[in-house]
Amino acid sequence: MNERQTSDVRWVQLVERVRSGRDQRAFAELFGHFAPRVKAFLMKSGADASLAEECAQEVMATVWHKAHLFDPERASVATWVFTIARNRRIDALRKQRRPEPEDLPWGPEHEPDQSETIALQQESEQLGRALAALPDNQRMLIERAYFGELSHSEIAAETGLPLGTIKSRIRLALERLRHEMK
Amino acid sequence: MKKTMTTTIKHHLTDDLLMAYAAGNLPEAFSLVVATHVSLCDECRARLMEYEAVGGAVLDDAPECAMAEDSFAATMRLIDGMPADERIETSAMVRHDGNAVFPQPLRDYVGGDAEAVRWKSLGGRIRQAVLPTSKEASVRLLYIPAGMAMPDHGHKGMELTMVLQGAFEDDEGLYARGDVEVANEEMEHTPVAAPGPDCICLVATDAPLKFSGLLPRIAQPFIGI
Repeated sequence: MNERQTSDVRWVQLVERVRSGRDQRAFAELFGHFAPRVKAFLMKSGADASLAEECAQEVMATVWHKAHLFDPERASVATWVFTIARNRRIDALRKQRRPEPEDLPWGPEHEPDQSETIALQQESEQLGRALAALPDNQRMLIERAYFGELSHSEIAAETGLPLGTIKSRIRLALERLRHEMK
Repeated sequence: MKKTMTTTIKHHLTDDLLMAYAAGNLPEAFSLVVATHVSLCDECRARLMEYEAVGGAVLDDAPECAMAEDSFAATMRLIDGMPADERIETSAMVRHDGNAVFPQPLRDYVGGDAEAVRWKSLGGRIRQAVLPTSKEASVRLLYIPAGMAMPDHGHKGMELTMVLQGAFEDDEGLYARGDVEVANEEMEHTPVAAPGPDCICLVATDAPLKFSGLLPRIAQPFIGI
């Protein structure tokens, strides 16, 4: 087992330690991994270095305060951090509200089921490997769609590829990811 | 598998919309329709979670950008300094209310459920209420009495129509509670509210609607469609 295969479960344990024990060492480890990635994400979305630094700190502070809302049966820690960073970007860079769906009736307080948690975290690791294994042009388009704050038509304008090609490549890449997950 | 609501939703969101919402790249008006639909649709919720998982994988795989030297200490100070009320999550604690006509994200914009809407007449018993969002796109509630036709219209951009109460029918089919119609520029349609309860829809557009029938063009700037 390599580091990649065990890391997602490790992140879940660290968030659990932040939630239950306000554990600063666990938080420092999460910070070391995620804060620089969140900062890079915000800079690619158009924030300058100081705004990205400020927002990345706020995102990590949210991770601390909302650790009790993280549900390891529904998402990896990376996905949860991504949604917090995305919402911060919408608020700080786009100056918009973010309508969120109603939470499911069972809510986040139920006792997490260990086997469901592990299954979800393994799936997420598989997804990470599948993403890394995509051909460069497909992976680049997916990263652009999530990071560059570009619509498909803006990606088309920037890459010179027809919009239909962009859409079919993204679809192909996502189908490939789904296939890898099976 | 946990399944909490049995849905009869037949018309779903497209992959493009779900991915753009997951990535945070949709105008607010469209995001409101997506959030409202996902609140009622387990299938689209599951697809949305997949797209968010892709976002997580992209973030995890991303290059790093070094944080400032005192960054961790600054973040701990930020944590200590946050007022107590900011520590309480609001949006993620949003609760399902089985009796409401409007799912919670829509209630947030209306300031209540269906009875709280401040309707304005469009003539012919058709009413609308424009909801406040960012300017790149607009979103409104439309109230169409059963059996009445919506004004004939085409689109310059994209239009999302989601049914909250009653149903409507057009060339594409029958749309009932929870269903979303995704219309593009090529489409010219005349939705008719089906018999039964009056139809309430949530409609988002990124360009003004072009009416070709009932409403004279000149009235458009005044009614805000």
